[in-house]
Amino acid sequence: MAESHGEASGQKAGAHTEADGGHGGAFPPFDSSTFASQLVSLAIAFVVLYIIVSRFALPRVGGVIEARQNMIEGDLAEAQKLKDESAAALKAYENDLAAARSRAQAISSETREKLNAASEAERKVLEDKLTAKLHDAEKTIAATRAAAMSNVRGIAADAATAIVQRLTGVAPDGAAVNGAVDASLKGQA
Amino acid sequence: MKIDPIHQFNIEPLFTIGHIGDHTIAFTNSTLYMFVAVALISVLMLASGRQLVPGRLQSVAEISYEFVASTIRSTAGAEGMKFFPLIFSLFMFICVSNLVGIIPYTFTISSHLIVTAALALLVFFTVLIYGVYKNGLKFFKIFVPSGVPIYILPLVMFIEILSFFLRPVSHSVRLFANMLAGHIALKVFAGFVAMLGVSLGAIGWLGGVMPLALTVALTALELLVAFLQAYVFAILTCIYLNDAIHPGH
Repeated sequence: MAESHGEASGQKAGAHTEADGGHGGAFPPFDSSTFASQLVSLAIAFVVLYIIVSRFALPRVGGVIEARQNMIEGDLAEAQKLKDESAAALKAYENDLAAARSRAQAISSETREKLNAASEAERKVLEDKLTAKLHDAEKTIAATRAAAMSNVRGIAADAATAIVQRLTGVAPDGAAVNGAVDASLKGQA
Repeated sequence: MKIDPIHQFNIEPLFTIGHIGDHTIAFTNSTLYMFVAVALISVLMLASGRQLVPGRLQSVAEISYEFVASTIRSTAGAEGMKFFPLIFSLFMFICVSNLVGIIPYTFTISSHLIVTAALALLVFFTVLIYGVYKNGLKFFKIFVPSGVPIYILPLVMFIEILSFFLRPVSHSVRLFANMLAGHIALKVFAGFVAMLGVSLGAIGWLGGVMPLALTVALTALELLVAFLQAYVFAILTCIYLNDAIHPGH
């Protein structure tokens, strides 16, 4: 390879004078005359790169990645918190609903009982009134009947006196007539 | 027309900076591409957005970050994150310079053994110094695997020590050889196209379709290799550092 390089550089001598001048046709990677230059430039370049990377580049990119990671975690935590809150709100709502429903039931049954009691009481009063009225009416009827009965006795005695007088022509004794009427009424009754 | 697949690896001094001893320190094309890689990484990592939902550039920056971070965590554990800047710098430096090197007429830094060897030795000494600093003499337990019968222990220890000191060699030669061979192959096949066309005329240009197709395929392969070798370099660094962090297993 060294020979071919030598030939080539000989041919291209015009174009590459500076290039080939220093190393006299040796295989470039093993040309020790360039080592010092390369080592010095590598040392400078690599130290510069190391400083840039360790001081600026990695903290910067690492910070961006970390910030993103934190943000994602924060958002997830926030979402979880909101989810928990909504679940708690739903539970509270359901509890309230159940409580309201049972209270409504209690109120309605209480009202029903109250109304029942009230109507029962009213009915009783009315019944009592009606019973009293019935008693009064019965008394009135009994009185009326007694009065009517006593009238009937008089009328019956008169009628019996008149009948006997017509049949016999003799006016009967009043006491006898009364006794007969009484006996007859008693027999009927 | 001659194919010169080696010319692309030439170090061309652009201007001289100074001298150390009798070595001339020059600003070369290699230096230029090293700083190009540093600049590209800086732009990628510092100019990308900071949005909640990343754009393309920001995605690349964040994927690089997460990729290297997860590689370290899975091979060297959480303690390995101490070396995150080092491994990230190594991975990005090699990956970006390899990818830039695939563009025609550019220079590939890691096609020079001296560069990969310097990086591999940086890792080697980091492992050695941190391992001894953190674990003291216990660090040398990595040469004594547990559960080995006593009569073959010397042999195993010899192999372990040898392999430990050969790590920087394999670490650096793997990257260097891959980049060098890939670029030579690309150049050779690309050179065939022009060579056939110039020497055989119309038939040659027609025949050049095949090496052209191969060049395209090789370029795709080299893209993969450029990334893969950077990844291999980084993951081997993690594995070696894992020895320094958790010796004795």
